[in-house]
Amino acid sequence: MSDQEYIPKSKFGKWFNDRLPLLTLASHLTDYPTPKNLNYWWTFGGILTFCLITQIVTGLVLAMHYIAHADMAFDSVEHIMRDVNYGWLIRYIHANGASMFFLAVYIHIFRSLFYGSYKSPREVIWIIGIIIYLLMMAAAFLGYVLPWGQMSFWGATVITNLFSAIPLVGEGIVTWLWGGYSVDNPTLTRFFTLHYLIPFLILGLVVLHIWALHVPGNNNPVGIDIKKPSKDTVPFHPYIVIKDGFALLMFMIVFAFFVFYTPNILGHADNYIEANPLVTPAHIVPEWYLLPFYAILRSVPDKLLGVVAMLSAILILAALPWLDTSKIRSAVFRPLYRQFYWILVADVLILGYVGAMPAEGLYLLVARVATAYYFLHFLVVLPILGYREKTLPVPLSITEPVLGGSPNLALAKNKEKLEVK
Amino acid sequence: MTDKKTKRRDFLFTATYAVGAVGAAAVVWPMIDQMNPDASVKALASTEVDISSMNPGKTITVLWRGKPVFIRRRTQEEIAEAKAVNLNDLKHPEKDEDRAKNPEWLVMLGVCTHLGCVPLDQKGDYNGWFCPCHGSHYDISGRIRKGPAPTNMEIPEYKFVNNNTIKIG
Repeated sequence: MSDQEYIPKSKFGKWFNDRLPLLTLASHLTDYPTPKNLNYWWTFGGILTFCLITQIVTGLVLAMHYIAHADMAFDSVEHIMRDVNYGWLIRYIHANGASMFFLAVYIHIFRSLFYGSYKSPREVIWIIGIIIYLLMMAAAFLGYVLPWGQMSFWGATVITNLFSAIPLVGEGIVTWLWGGYSVDNPTLTRFFTLHYLIPFLILGLVVLHIWALHVPGNNNPVGIDIKKPSKDTVPFHPYIVIKDGFALLMFMIVFAFFVFYTPNILGHADNYIEANPLVTPAHIVPEWYLLPFYAILRSVPDKLLGVVAMLSAILILAALPWLDTSKIRSAVFRPLYRQFYWILVADVLILGYVGAMPAEGLYLLVARVATAYYFLHFLVVLPILGYREKTLPVPLSITEPVLGGSPNLALAKNKEKLEVK
Repeated sequence: MTDKKTKRRDFLFTATYAVGAVGAAAVVWPMIDQMNPDASVKALASTEVDISSMNPGKTITVLWRGKPVFIRRRTQEEIAEAKAVNLNDLKHPEKDEDRAKNPEWLVMLGVCTHLGCVPLDQKGDYNGWFCPCHGSHYDISGRIRKGPAPTNMEIPEYKFVNNNTIKIG
């Protein structure tokens, strides 16, 4: 991956690096040539790494005080909030951290959609990203069950019951997941175990995600392939490190606002009532980051088809590199795609809104239209657009539009050769 | 190498893979089955309920296997209403007689067949139960009439031990 062999300066460094080339890796990461036109939408990869580490560290601490037992879990969470030194702070960081994690991941995903980062040769990065996203949803759901409040219990009941939609074996799978005939203590202990495991799986996939990224290098707002290293790139350190660091600070301000000023605004009051298997809360709503998919689930009147639609809505993203037939990556040069992109953003926001509302009347109608459009966007609009759209001329390099440059291909190529020298 | 020798080796490979696969399955199954309901959970499989103090029109909810069971002593009007329903109007056609052995007593799992919430008593468009989660309406026999639930609420195994006691499970 590294373009030239790295040789450590010190004798010990050389001795060590010959046995385990960690210094070569570090040098690759610092020198890694990055497109010089990356905007702030590209800083969310770093922000997401921060979110993951925050969740792992605060989660480890919470696990030292939490008791995964149906009779004690609720009280142990209250114990964390009231008795444990700074327990309230650590729990609020962890709970709001989940929301911040999803906020960042949605921006990260929509950045990919706008600039076509999922297209060849970056399909594998994209698919690993979708797997990470699925694992994040699993971890968030499992974690939400652990405080054993009313929303925890009934959320767990509703989500595990999704599997009962599977013909023939569905009921057996649900009983197996529960370890009983309802959500109960065996369910809680296994959810805790899996909630603890998943972040480390995500961590491993993040390493693969970044590794796969470093093979072709970053996409960029212009969406063209660039020479690396060249006049179009800057080394990752210090340029991108500083930019990512600044964006992270801005993000942490938002994060801190939620933790210190409105720590419960993203949660549900019902979850401060201990789980009761005899009473379902009047209005069951998932956390905000799952609402669009919840709206899709409810918009289909058939149980099995509703579950299928919800899962397809996520899995269809994995097929995106092949559904989008356009050779041009960046929406900057795709006037029609740009409009459809913003319609999709609006569509997902509408789905999120109706997902939080009762599934009846006008809300249900809107949910159905928005669900239909969601699938239409991926299955019809994107494949056709690639053939029909008249794209704008794409510059030959990142530098070209800035410096004027010649539109003549041969001249421009000549110029680049000179630049590299 | 002759053909005969190659075949002999192929046989050994196949046999090794087969034994390996059986061995792997033998290890994987206990890892999967440990998650199924254990002996202590199964042991709590039946509950006896005293119904001596129940008047007509009253519903009680008892816990059986961690799930709510509704026991309703139905009024004569309710029984008549449940019996009068045309089976063609039902999404999951079941006669009321098949659901309530003794028409005065309806014993059923208080679990919505959609996604497992507990429906609310005496609510909804059909005077029966209404599930607040995703809007399923059930009639006074616990049959699904409107909404996403695919089937009627389940009737557990139960019997009248004597006039005052029902044994569920």
